[in-house]
This record gives sequence, C-alpha cells and structure tokens, in this order.
Amino acid sequence: MTALTTAPREFALAPPRTRRRGAAWLKRLPLMPAMVFTVVVTQIPFLLTLWYSFQKYNLNYPNRARQFPTVANYRAVFADPIFRTAALNTLEFTAVPVICSILLGLGIAILLNRRVFGRGLLRTLIISPFLVMSAAAALIWKYSILDTTFGVLNYVLRPFGVHDVNWIGVHSQLTIMTFLTWQWTPFMVLLILAGLQSQNEEILEAARVDGAGPWRIFRALTLPHLRMYLELGVLLGSIYIVQAFDSIYLITQGGPATDTTNLPYYIYQVAFQAYDIGRASAMSVVVVVATILIATLALRTISSIFSDETLSRG
Amino acid sequence: MKTPLTLAERRTPLSVKLGLGLLTWFIVLVFFFPVLWMALTGFKSETAANTPTPKFVFSPTLYEYQSVWYGTAGTAGLRGYLEHSIAISAGSTVIVIALALPAAYALAIRPIRKWRDVLFFFISTKMLPIVGAIIPLFIIARDLNILDTQRLLILLYTAMNLPIAVWMLRSFLLEVPLSVIEAAQVDGARLPRQLRSVVIPLIMPGLAAAALLCFIFSWNEFFLAVNLTTTNGATVPIYLVGFVAPEGEFLAHLSAAATVACLPVLIAGWAAQDKLVRGLSMGAVK
Repeated sequence: MTALTTAPREFALAPPRTRRRGAAWLKRLPLMPAMVFTVVVTQIPFLLTLWYSFQKYNLNYPNRARQFPTVANYRAVFADPIFRTAALNTLEFTAVPVICSILLGLGIAILLNRRVFGRGLLRTLIISPFLVMSAAAALIWKYSILDTTFGVLNYVLRPFGVHDVNWIGVHSQLTIMTFLTWQWTPFMVLLILAGLQSQNEEILEAARVDGAGPWRIFRALTLPHLRMYLELGVLLGSIYIVQAFDSIYLITQGGPATDTTNLPYYIYQVAFQAYDIGRASAMSVVVVVATILIATLALRTISSIFSDETLSRG
Repeated sequence: MKTPLTLAERRTPLSVKLGLGLLTWFIVLVFFFPVLWMALTGFKSETAANTPTPKFVFSPTLYEYQSVWYGTAGTAGLRGYLEHSIAISAGSTVIVIALALPAAYALAIRPIRKWRDVLFFFISTKMLPIVGAIIPLFIIARDLNILDTQRLLILLYTAMNLPIAVWMLRSFLLEVPLSVIEAAQVDGARLPRQLRSVVIPLIMPGLAAAALLCFIFSWNEFFLAVNLTTTNGATVPIYLVGFVAPEGEFLAHLSAAATVACLPVLIAGWAAQDKLVRGLSMGAVK
C-alpha cells in the first residue's frame, strides 16, 4: 500500500542510477565558483610564501642569485630576538584585550539587559566603536585623546593629580591593549546580549520564586547558558585581534624600540621596509604553521558550538 | 524589546534602579566619547581644536568639512578616495553575494555530500593570518601590473568576505521551508529562476544584512589597502595615513576627515544592528 503510493514520487525525485553521478555534480555546480575562487585567491599565495621562504630573495637586489633551496631564512628567524619579542607581544596583545573585552562586555550586556531609560539608543551608541574605521579611530585616539598636551585624557585626569602623562611614549603597550579592548568590547556586548535575551524568562522567574538570589541565578543558570556565547566571543575575538595591524602602524609604529611590535607589524617591516622577501616569508610560514595548530583546536571548539542543531535544519 | 516586569525588578528599590541606570549611561558614554569627540572637533576651527584645555563650547564652523571634501591648496580632497572606497566596497559586495548565494544554496537546501567539510574549509580561510599571503600578493600584483588598482582590492576583498557571506546566507536559507522550494522545483523552475523568484524574496532581510556587513568590512579594511595601493586604488583609510606625520595644526582637519570616513559605515551599521550579531557570529547567534 505504502509502496504503491510513494513509488511514483520516489521515481521523480531520485533519478535512475546511471544519472546519479551527473546529478551529484549538478548539485555541486552552484558551489563551484565560490569554491574555486576561494582556493585560488587564498591558498595559492600561501604556497608561494612557502616557496619564497626557501630562497635568498631581496627586492633591493633583484639581480642576485636566489639560491634555492636554502634554510638560511629559517635559521635567521629562529635566531632573531625581535621575532621572539614580536611573538610574545602578539600573545599579550591578543589575550589581554580578548579577556578584558569579554569581561567588560559581560558587565555592560547585563546592565543593558535591564529595563533602562533609552535602551535602544544606548545599544546604538555602544556598537559605534566597533563600526568606526579603525584607522580613523586610531588617529583620533593618538592625537585627540592620548596626546600629552592636547589630549582630553590628561585634561580629565588633571583634577586627580595626574599631570601631562606621555601615554603613547611611556605606556605604549597599555595604549595598544586599551585601544583594542575599546574596539572589541561592543562586539562582545552584542554577542552576550543576544545570549541573555535568549534565556528562558520563565525558568529565571521560577528560580526567583523559589528564593534564589541574583548571584545564585547568575552562577547556576545564566552563566552556563552564556557559555556558548562566551566561547564564540573568545574565538572570533582572537581570530581578528591576533592580526591587529592598523592601530600599531598608526599609533606607535611598533615602538618605542620594539615594545609594541607584533608579528604582523614585524613581518610588514621586514617585507616592505627591508624588502627581505625570503626572511619575511619564512616568518609568515612560522606564523601560519603556529596558527594552523591553534586553529585546529579552535575549529574543534567551533564544531561543538555549531552543533548539529545549529548547523542543520532545526 | 518590551519585557514584562519580573519579580526581581519589582522588588529592586528605586534608588538601586536609578543608580544602575546612571552607571549604564556613564559607561556607554565613555565608550562613545571618542566617536563623539571626533565629530565635534571636526566642527571646530584649528585654533579652537588645538588647546590644552579642550573646548566643549565653541562656535561651530563647516570650514574643515568643506576643506576635507574639496581639498585645500596643498592637499587633495577626500572625495577621490571616497569614490574609490565606494566603487571597491560596492563592487566586491556584489561579487561576494553573487558567488555566495548559489554556494549557500548548495550547502543548505538538500545539501551536497560533505557540506560540513566545505563549510569548515571556508571558515578556516578566515583564520589564516593575512600576513602569510601579503608578500606573494604584492609580487603577483606587481608582475601582473595591477598594483594600486581598484580591481585588485575588489578581488581580495571578495575573497576576504566570501566565507562570512556563505555562512550567513546559509543560516538564513535554512529557515526557508523546504516545501516552498520543492513547489518551485515541481513547477520546473531551474536554479537561477528559483533563486530569483522564490528564495531571494524570502531571505531579503538576511541578504541585505550580509551585503551590509561585507560592505562594512571592505570599507574599513586597512592592511591590504596600505600595502597594495598608493593613489589610483587608494581607499579612504589611505587618505588618513597622511596624518601619521602631520605638520602644523591639523586636529580639526583630521577629525573632520575621520568623521566623513566613518559616517557611511556608522549609518549602515546602525541600520543593520538587529542582524549585526548574526552576521558577525557567522549565523551561529540568531
């Protein structure tokens, strides 16, 4: 009975075996342009980077023999104290802003999740630092906010006995980390706010009726619910912040000395100021390999975040 | 947005409510202050902008906004850069959507085999640091004679935003009821027609949000622009690089330029703020 009624339909949807392979390709066809484009534009350059990294290749000396293959570049990279400093700075400039922006974002999101006068406007205002072009924001911070003489910050701090601090010169690392935190906190606020608003209000109310205090409710209900959102925040924040370049290029130029030189900025300097393509490529390869190791862990986290329910049709 | 008063909120004393409200406003305004200060300083004259005691009250002038727009005797105006930025951001956004929509369709509506691997391949390209590719990109572009062109940035921004768009559009496509698409298929509509007459109208808000997000990322992009362009393909951020070693009084001029540079994206972002979080989380957060 069932077989009889469904048979014609089955036939219509699943073509006979001979045509199935062609059908599979037909299904894949819409994906192909995007796939081919992405492979060509994002993967081929990495292969070239790998190739250059085994050559003595300097744009200042275009006629010099390129000596392929050589591991001199890698030897130079691992013996380079600045490379080590840049690697440590990169870790610091990623971890601190991510942690600070998550904590601040959590606090602000909780405040904004309450009934507060002008909530819509507040939300609009808080996302602005994230939308603003970071090159523009970096220069405004440098000249208009942090400047020793003309900066607003020193003016505001004057009544508190803080006088004419040269923030960018003396506290360069703090400056960069504060800037990155300022930029990324809004993103965390949005993410965590979405998490808070997806909580089941009835469960919270039931807990309150049962006499649970706000702190208990936060620990036992809200925080576990927010876990996925916080993990996602850490992950996406790290992906972007680890590549921070604009603010360092525009505010401190990596200095004083190498205090704020991170890996993207250092590779930029070696490639586009010293024109040492070979050595810069070797550094890039080291960075990419390290990133792949870390990203593999991250991808595992993502696939647990994007569990089957979120990825597939619910 | 209107949530009913909860038990806890009814119990909270008014003074605490008021205090928390003020605290919220204070924190948000601290975060917003640099943006506000930027826009305000643009309305000052240079003499009013360059004072050790910042002026909160001043007679506003449009002079700097005008000189940013048209350029001054010594400097080029922002207008040429704005035109480049608009052409590049809009161009790459159109291509991104044109590539991402069919791809997302193949990954969402009765998906192909291994759709999961494909999705993760796309997102993994976002994790690789761009510095790893910049050197060959520079050399290839130089050898192909496309350094400092708009085409080059359009191409690269398309690659940069494609993964985000695929993920985002896929998450919106998952919400389209299968029955609707099957109905169109039974009617014999082929993919391009299906997309145009059935799918696109249904996911229009999501499509718009994805496009806005790609536009924002392209507009603000700095690293590729600064390394691969100088004049002909230079975008708005490159105009601002001129202020790294400025001469004379420039605060008002810089502020006006920065404000104009940020305004399109601020407006786009404010308009799309409901969908922003979904886009930024690649569709994971609804």
